[in-house]
Amino acid sequence: MASTKMKIKKDKSGGHLVMVLVKHPMETGNRKDKKSGKKVPAHFVQTIVFSHNGEVVAQAHLGPAVSKNPLTQILLTGSKSGDTVAVHWTDNKGQSGGTETAVK
Amino acid sequence: MKRRIFLKGTLATGTIAVAAAAGLLVPRRLLAANWPESAFDAKSEADAVKAFFGDVQVVDSDAIKIKAPLQAENGAMVPLKVSTSLAGVEAIAVVVEKNPAPYVTSVQVMAGAGGLYSTRIKMGQTSPVSCYVKAGGKVHKASQIVKVTVGGCGG
Repeated sequence: MASTKMKIKKDKSGGHLVMVLVKHPMETGNRKDKKSGKKVPAHFVQTIVFSHNGEVVAQAHLGPAVSKNPLTQILLTGSKSGDTVAVHWTDNKGQSGGTETAVK
Repeated sequence: MKRRIFLKGTLATGTIAVAAAAGLLVPRRLLAANWPESAFDAKSEADAVKAFFGDVQVVDSDAIKIKAPLQAENGAMVPLKVSTSLAGVEAIAVVVEKNPAPYVTSVQVMAGAGGLYSTRIKMGQTSPVSCYVKAGGKVHKASQIVKVTVGGCGG
């Protein structure tokens, strides 16, 4: 499932920038479907958990006002080449996804 | 070479999917319990801030940098980056005063992550975008007005 992509870039502060793209409609529940005229139910990512070498370092809370295909970025401190970074997300319908990569 | 990298990527994703399904990463109940529902439900900025941070004193800060367009062409996709030089950052919250539900997103930061949060948000109309940072036991705030030409709440 290629619905989660992650990129890690070295930051001038010494740590690493972790950028995560989740392919997700982020429906607010207000949009009307053009064909049926009915409101499309709310469907959005709620939580993204960032882990560094198995330890949770950040937890992002998202709501329906975050744009479609959320692109989220945090800063990892004390990270070095060879470390593992994992992200795991869940949405309001109980769906989830994630990915893992190594720091270059 | 590209094919090899593609296959390697697929394998890695498969592993993490198994690990996630087995609940090895973070228990779902923990994640669900942590989602600040009352903050997201709040209809005013003040209620949203209180719901997330509790009854705390908020101080204006110039140690918080907000990078957002002065004018957003598309209210459905407004890029926003918050960074701060404050020490001991615990959480960053983004609140858009004029949105029907002002609380947009937040991040809880533990040891191992720094004071930076970047994302893209929806704005219904021109509004101040406020970034609250909990650091050193206090809540600091900075704000910037973003003009919106086409609203992005889809309602």
